[in-house]
Parts: sequence; structure tokens; C-alpha cells
Amino acid sequence: MVDLFEILIGKEGENDYKKKPVIVQGITGKFGSFHTQQMITYGTNIVAGVTPGKGGQKFENVPIYETVGEAVSATGAKISIVFVPAKFFRDAAMEAFKAGIKLLIAIPEHVPVKDAMAVLDLAKKKDAIMIGPNTPGIIVPGIIKIGIMPATPFKSGRIAVLSRSGTLMYEVSHNLSLANFGQCVSLGIGGDPINGTTVIEAFDMVRKLPNIDGVVVVGEIGGDAEELLAQHIIDSKFDKPVVAYIAGRAAPKEKRMGHAGAIIYGTYGSAESKVSMYAKANVPVAKRPAEVPMLLAGKIGGKKG
Amino acid sequence: MRLLEYQAKSLFAEFGIRIPKGLTSTNIEQGRKDASIIGFPFVIKAQMAVGGRGKAGAIQKCHNLDEFELKYPEIMQKIVKGEKTKAILLEQMQEYKKELYLSLFLNRSKRCYTVIASSEGGVEIESVKNQIIREVGLGQVDKNTAEEVANAIGLKNNSVEEFVNLVQKLSKLTVEKEAELAEINPVAILNDGTLLALDGKVIIDDNAMFRHDELRKFQEISELEERAEKNGFSLVELDGNIAVVGNGAGLVMSSLDMLSDHGGKPACFLDVGGGATTETVYEALTLISRMKKVKGILVNLYGGIVKTTTVATAFIKAYENKLVDIPVFARMSGAEADKSKEMLKDSRTKMFDTVEEAINAAVIGVNKSG
Repeated sequence: MVDLFEILIGKEGENDYKKKPVIVQGITGKFGSFHTQQMITYGTNIVAGVTPGKGGQKFENVPIYETVGEAVSATGAKISIVFVPAKFFRDAAMEAFKAGIKLLIAIPEHVPVKDAMAVLDLAKKKDAIMIGPNTPGIIVPGIIKIGIMPATPFKSGRIAVLSRSGTLMYEVSHNLSLANFGQCVSLGIGGDPINGTTVIEAFDMVRKLPNIDGVVVVGEIGGDAEELLAQHIIDSKFDKPVVAYIAGRAAPKEKRMGHAGAIIYGTYGSAESKVSMYAKANVPVAKRPAEVPMLLAGKIGGKKG
Repeated sequence: MRLLEYQAKSLFAEFGIRIPKGLTSTNIEQGRKDASIIGFPFVIKAQMAVGGRGKAGAIQKCHNLDEFELKYPEIMQKIVKGEKTKAILLEQMQEYKKELYLSLFLNRSKRCYTVIASSEGGVEIESVKNQIIREVGLGQVDKNTAEEVANAIGLKNNSVEEFVNLVQKLSKLTVEKEAELAEINPVAILNDGTLLALDGKVIIDDNAMFRHDELRKFQEISELEERAEKNGFSLVELDGNIAVVGNGAGLVMSSLDMLSDHGGKPACFLDVGGGATTETVYEALTLISRMKKVKGILVNLYGGIVKTTTVATAFIKAYENKLVDIPVFARMSGAEADKSKEMLKDSRTKMFDTVEEAINAAVIGVNKSG
């Protein structure tokens, strides 16, 4: 399995350490162009864009290519962020993995489940990582931002934030930053039923980081990601503090609450089920985002990032 | 999108799965005609997207015309777990020797389709005993796996081959129609060993609907929810009196939770969506203004892709056009929050620094106004 942080940041001594090259698929679209500017401002090393029909042009001084293959050959990039509409996502993502992309950040919302599964199947065969779809992206504060998140909520530090919701990732990170708990990474899992990187996989990616004091997991109703993670924390005897937040306690059953994945069938996906599993894993669950840093402080004690 | 039983069964029939003879009506005049075609005795089944219909009396046997005249209107008026009867299915009564359970669903955590079968059907899945569970990958179920499942649930003789066929047909339906769930519960084993789908539940992936125009006819979303979808925001109607508006599904759900914790009653869940513009937010406010039950609006924004000023501008326009005349309690943070606060300073919108304060004020304010 490839290592997320080796792709994202690299190793000391490498020429592009902490400034890994990134390709933007759909760079000329409304969102793609806006967020490309935002990422460049943050310091992310955007080296190429891909928009079929616009090869040879430039956007913000970034060269545009016809295909991901051409962009990869020209730049050697292993990371791509995809902004295409949901119905074109499958082809765009397949093209990226075939061209050798090892980390794909999948922004589009409303990708059909069948397409997400097919793309993920290829990613696994190519030993590559997909984050999303329907993710705000990933940020290592102060180093690299690949996504659509605003920069202001995040501050460099020693807490890892994993979130199934975009704006809640900003909200919780913002609350953590205010309480002086900076983040070593904030990663959006995505609000869809199929996650390229599941909560558990993301947890395993961050748990071994040397600079980590604790993990905050922002979840919501629907599916069983939280239940499985709680069991995983117990089984793997993770001994650093984990604090959770779950949105949707007041949501009615069998109603899709905005996110495709946020729906309760019977007790499957309910907040009660998640809270009770977390209790077994000794993971406190905050009632509101502002409570997250308080619970974390309670677990970490005097130590702060 | 969850299909009603008769809709699910029409898909079953399309894929060659045997179903009982049945007809669907929405009024008793049509129902009488259906009854004469099917012939007594038959079963009257309320069509509603909810489980537990049998226990609630929304499915009843009917032996003669007197019974029919009594039961049809009764079942038409049924409300089970908040769901109203949408139509009535009259279905031929069947004799059978045993009930099985069979479903195919999209296993999110394993990221593949999964078959569940049991020799004990007819009850809700949570109470189905002796479940045989097989993960079957992304494509259709192969013959060997289907045979293995048939044997595992103890089928004998011609029922094995019948079951293998049934699994493969249901699997074809699941893959081709992009279903998240296709369930037959119960599958009846008739006296001659053949199988029949007595009930059906199918949930289609909403995100794949753009490839399935043929399923549009089954779509039954409220006018409000449809307009919301067209404008790129998500709206779910709820029973309370405070509309909850925000950006991002998680943030809106979180606001809903906190509002409920404080004794407030949410009237709707409204996520303006990542592509919100002043126009779409204005459209959202138009929809809210038509919901008579709404006595106040709670706004919780974390400006990012969607700037808070986009929303603030929509509110100012709504005040100018006298679209919104109820109190608004808002918390805005993130992109251009200070500017938004300045814009809304002397308006109907009361601004708060934290969502907790906004919620407190909303609950008190709305309760006071009755």
C-alpha cells in the first residue's frame, strides 16, 4: 500500500519535499478555476491542468493539457484533484489512474454508486489512493492544501481531523484552532455512500504519524463507518486520545439528509448505534462542535499542540 | 428513491421474476373494477414506502364485496409511521408451503453487492434468523454462488434451480437499474416447489437517475423538494416551526440537533449546497416563505466555497420584496462574515457570534410569538 504522506509531503532531502506537484482536472471550469487560484495562493504547487479541447493554453500561468497522460509525462506529478461534473467523473478518474496518478482527490458530489465502485476497483489494482468523492479535500496546514476548504479555520499542529462532512470539518477545525489544538492534517472522507478512503483506512493512515497527539473523527448518521471504526480502535489497541462528533441525532428515519450517505434504515445508521459503539471504545462524543476541544483537552490533559 | 411495492414488482416482472396477479388503483371506483378482474378472495395492500404494514392493518385479506366496501376506504386512509397510503394494490391470494427471505444490497463498508438469504422470511430483516450472507463483487451473482446460497438455506429438488434463477434475475435488476437494495420478503415456495415474489422493496441510487429516465415515472417527491433539487439545494420537510438553513449537509444536521437539544422544533432541513448563488438562496427563501408553519428561521453558515455575503444579499433582497416577514436568527462565520454582519446590521436578521446563542434566541423568540 502506498503511503499517503509520502505522496503528499515526501521525504526530507527530496527536491520537491513539501512542495509535491499537483494536477487539476477540470481546471477551466467555474469551481476548478476558482479553487486552483485559492490553492496556488495557499502555496500548493499546481503544475498542470487538464481540460480536453484546451490543451496548449494556460491558466494562471499553469499549462493546460488535453489528457492526464500528457500532464503526467510533462510534470511527473502523482497527485490529481478532479473538478469535473459527476456524470463525467468515472472517465476522468479512470484516465488519471491509468496515467499513473497515485493520489486522487475526488471533489464531485452526486457520483453514482456504481461509478464510484468501478473507479475504486481500478485504484486498488493500481495501488493508488482515492479520497472522496464528495470530499472537501485534504489539508496539511502550512504545507499543502488540495481541496475546496477555506484556509482560515486550519492551523498547524498535532491533531488529525477526519470528517465525513465538509463544512463540519471547517467548523470543528476552527474550534480546535481557537483552543490552540492545531492540526497535522484535516481530511474529508466524503458524504457519499462509497468512500475511496474509508474512515478506518484514513485512521490507519494518520495513526502512525510521529507528530500526532490525538484524532478527532467527525461523523454523521448513515452507514456503519463509526461503528466499524470504534471496533477497530478496540482491536488495534490505539492508545492516543480519540474524540468524536456525530451530526444528525435529530434527523428522521428514511429521509436523506442532504448527503447521499446520510440516511437511517431501521437502527442501521442511527446516531444511538454509533454513540454506544464509541462508548465501548472509550471515545467520547461531543454534543456540539464547540465541545470537541473541551473533550480533547480532558483526554490530553495539559499537553497541547 | 424508494419504490412502492407495486413499482418494485413491475420491475420484478420486467426481469422475469414471478409475481402474483395484481392491480393498482387510487380510488374505489377503479378498485371495484380491479376486484372484479382479480376475483375474491384477494389481499388489499396499502402502497406506502414503509415497513410494518401488516401489523398496522394496512394489509388485509378480503373475501367478498361487503368486506371490500368497508376495507378499501379504511386502508386508503391509513397512516403508518407518518406515511400515507399512496395507492392500493389488490393481489390474488396465494397458497404456499414456506416463506424465504432474499435481498441484494450495496454493502458500503465492503464496497460490493451482498446477498442475504434465509429460510425464514416474512418478518423484517432485523428479525430474520439464520441469515446467509455472501459478498458477490461488483457484477452479477454467478451460478455457483447462487447454488451455494440455495443449499445453505436448505432448499431441495426443483426449488434449488428456481432459487438460482431468482437470485440471478434479482442480481441483474440490481446491477442494471443501479439499486442500492432489492429485497423480496417473503419469497413463497408454492406447493409445486416453484417460487413467487410476495412482496418487494427496491431503492434506486438517486445519483444514477440521470441514466434512468425509464424510472422517472416512479418519482414521488413533493413539489417543494423538486424545486429544491432543481436549484441545487437539499430540502427535507419536518414537523416543527423553525426553518433551519445552512451550507453543507453536516453543518445543517448539526444545527438541527442543537436546536432540538434546546427544545426547538425544526420545520425543515435546508442545505443551500456548494453551488449556492444569491438567486438560489432567494429561491430557497421563497420556498420557506410558503411553508405556513414556519415562525422563524435559523441560519448557520460557515463561509467557504459559498461566501456568507451571497446569503446575506439574498436575505436583503427578500426583505426588500417583503418575502420574509418572520424573525431570522443567524450565525455567520468564515468567508466575508464581517461584511455580512455589516450588511444585515439594521435588518430583520439578528446576528450572533455563536450558533448556540442564535439557537437560544430563536427558541425564545419563536415561542413568544406563539
